Amino acid sequence: MTRAVVTGIGIASPNGLGPTAYWRATLHGEAAIRPITRFDSANYWAKIAGEVPGFEAGRHLQGRLLPQTDHMTRLTLVGTDWALRGAGVQPNDIPDTDIAVITAATAGGYEFGQRELQKLWHQGPEYVSAYQSFAWFYAVNTGQISIRHGTRGPGAVVVSEQAGGIDSIGHARRQLRKGVQLALTGGMDSSLCPWAWVAHQASGCLSRNNNPKRAYLPFDRDASGYVAGEGGAIMVVETPESAAGRPGTRIYGEIVGYASTFDSKMPSREPGLKRAAELALRDAGMDASEIDVVFADAAGIPELDKAEADAIKAIFGPYGVPVTAPKTMTGRLFAGGGSLDVASAILSIYWSAIPPTINVENPVPEYEIDLVMNEARHGKVKAALVLGRGKGGFNSAMVVREYR
Amino acid sequence: MSRRAVITGVGVVAPGGIGTKAYWKLLSEGRTATRNITHFDASPYRSRMAGEADFDPVREGLTPQEIRRLDRAAQFAVVAGREAMSDSGIEFDQLDPGRIGVSLGTAVGCTTSLEREFIVGSDRGKYWEVDQSYAVPHLYDYFTPSSMATELAWTVGAEGPVSVVSTGCTSGLDSVGYAAELIMEGSADVVVTGGTEAPLSPITVVCFDVIRASSTRNDDPTTACRPFDKTRDGLVLGEGCAIIVLEELEHARARGAHIYGEIGGFASRCNAYHMTGLHPEGIEMSDAINIALKQARADATDVGYINAHGSGTKQNDLHETAAFKRSLGAHAYKTPVSGFKSMIGHSLGAIGSLEIVGSLLAFEQDLIPPTANLHEPDPECDLDYTPLVAREKKVNTVLTVGSGFGGFQSAMVLKKVEGAGR
Repeated sequence: MTRAVVTGIGIASPNGLGPTAYWRATLHGEAAIRPITRFDSANYWAKIAGEVPGFEAGRHLQGRLLPQTDHMTRLTLVGTDWALRGAGVQPNDIPDTDIAVITAATAGGYEFGQRELQKLWHQGPEYVSAYQSFAWFYAVNTGQISIRHGTRGPGAVVVSEQAGGIDSIGHARRQLRKGVQLALTGGMDSSLCPWAWVAHQASGCLSRNNNPKRAYLPFDRDASGYVAGEGGAIMVVETPESAAGRPGTRIYGEIVGYASTFDSKMPSREPGLKRAAELALRDAGMDASEIDVVFADAAGIPELDKAEADAIKAIFGPYGVPVTAPKTMTGRLFAGGGSLDVASAILSIYWSAIPPTINVENPVPEYEIDLVMNEARHGKVKAALVLGRGKGGFNSAMVVREYR
Repeated sequence: MSRRAVITGVGVVAPGGIGTKAYWKLLSEGRTATRNITHFDASPYRSRMAGEADFDPVREGLTPQEIRRLDRAAQFAVVAGREAMSDSGIEFDQLDPGRIGVSLGTAVGCTTSLEREFIVGSDRGKYWEVDQSYAVPHLYDYFTPSSMATELAWTVGAEGPVSVVSTGCTSGLDSVGYAAELIMEGSADVVVTGGTEAPLSPITVVCFDVIRASSTRNDDPTTACRPFDKTRDGLVLGEGCAIIVLEELEHARARGAHIYGEIGGFASRCNAYHMTGLHPEGIEMSDAINIALKQARADATDVGYINAHGSGTKQNDLHETAAFKRSLGAHAYKTPVSGFKSMIGHSLGAIGSLEIVGSLLAFEQDLIPPTANLHEPDPECDLDYTPLVAREKKVNTVLTVGSGFGGFQSAMVLKKVEGAGR
């Protein structure tokens, strides 16, 4: 079976722009949830978010791209540039039809969309941007990456709420198996504008606590919902043969297992997260005992935390595996969250360290999970399981391993 | 042993009628269902026509709660999903739910509902700070289109892989291609798939207005979409939904199911060219066609019918005509081509699935639906576009293609499965 290795990682996260800054901040448990600055949050009950600081799109992208892109597309394009540069991919290294682009989306370019909706309804149809037709829609990032880098292979966009960031990478691996050499994959999301914010508030999942240290507390007895953030990760995933074509290419790790499942509407049925994890392990041909860390979905909603803890306990036993949720530093990044977790898992393997979960002070004892709290744990990490869930019933799991 | 994905059930909501029968009647008679927009006051807009579905959610059996909660596109998916389930003859509650998946295509998701709520919350765009007190409880479901996959998954009882595939105007093909991959790789035995779209709201109409992609033949809406005709002046929007039950071949055979056909091959390509523009050579679409044919172990000469994208823009007509010639060579000239958008408009992320279903029915009926409104062929488009009247022909292999904003080009090969009669 065709193997899939990660050779490039591009990250835009509230606690770090670029993989190096992100990893340093994440290992140190640097919190990045703060009062919202992107719009005036005075009239909204949720007032904090994880914003990517210091991102000046004009420093990274040509001027002509700016009027036609939403913030989330700019983050995506910059992340993709980093990933390709890190992987050492030069134009013409790989035939353009052998490069796939598979991204995840949750929202579209909604800040852009809100501006154009406002023009339409307040000023009139003739004021709407010619770029609206594609700048806000869910497929935009795949299309823009393809154009920027001249990739003419398969393209796709997967939407499964916050599980999608994992699903996109799973689908990218599928493309490698179908014959392409390399895939640009992952997700970056940003929907920090008033229109999107009222929708986030309506989800019933945001915490009503506006203290950045006390708002998003997965597995804690004070869990009260999550905090929204922006950013994510775009990765270069390719076959080992493709990577070998560029001598000296760094291989961070390998994607060895993936599965997705869905929760029944019927409460009598068991939630699907455990099954996704088991199927991903089976796909990897690995036993639970070989997993050194679980990057949890960490919903921060008591019943979902319990369901996840139950799944982890059922597979690994009580306190059977270190569990961590670095997203406590950044908030949940929607389509970007799952891919950033996979990137973090890969970096854990590469750098032999498990980043911590922050702010959690009182984990619910009945969950019986070994939560990595406050301090990173250093030591060999050979394999990691990444879990993700999306509102509406989506579950995804991915197993990553050191490359050998 | 390789696993094969076959179609065993279909359901449709389309302009011109609800249900597969009404849809086929329209296509086979070559009638058009495009008209002046009635869903909202379209008078301020440049293009004021669309293929609208006469969809009454009450008559279609949706509950008042479902009607309040669900965007129109999600309502379509539930109704067409129920028809497809029933048509397949599968007892869904007897299957292992973990082996049932869902893959739903949509380009613009629940935009219609999002726009409606924006208008209220912003007081018709007066305020940038949308008022939170006007937010409806289901606003977040409109925010992310995966809520529609959730709804369809609940309808069929799926607990396997579920997702939305959103690649603009190729979503309806790409979602079915994705579903076929799930079956072939063994992640599911049954995947309920297809595409749904109800995009007829001002913001979407304006999107096509401002780039002058849509037709302005507002005084003659029933003939406004004229693919391959030299008088064409743009696309006509549409709405609709097709849901398809895809099943692993042996699974279908074991229960003696009626099999419409097989997904022989599927491929997508990015054109790396322009977010809305097409290169006239059609290289990427041709690449996608070649790969799909290869996967299907079919030669170009096996193709008996080409279901074109046929959106009604000149750049599309030249682009796909070039692609067909590039891939099929001389055989392209001998193969009937037709475009359904001339009859039902362009329903963005749904149309690809509607075109698959129409193509499967062409298998059943040995009849190729025509391209409507094609009276004055464009001399630059010199293939056989099956003008105006359906044509009787026995076809065993169909090629269907799609093309969309973002540069997406997709191709699917549908094959008849022998020994699969009802």
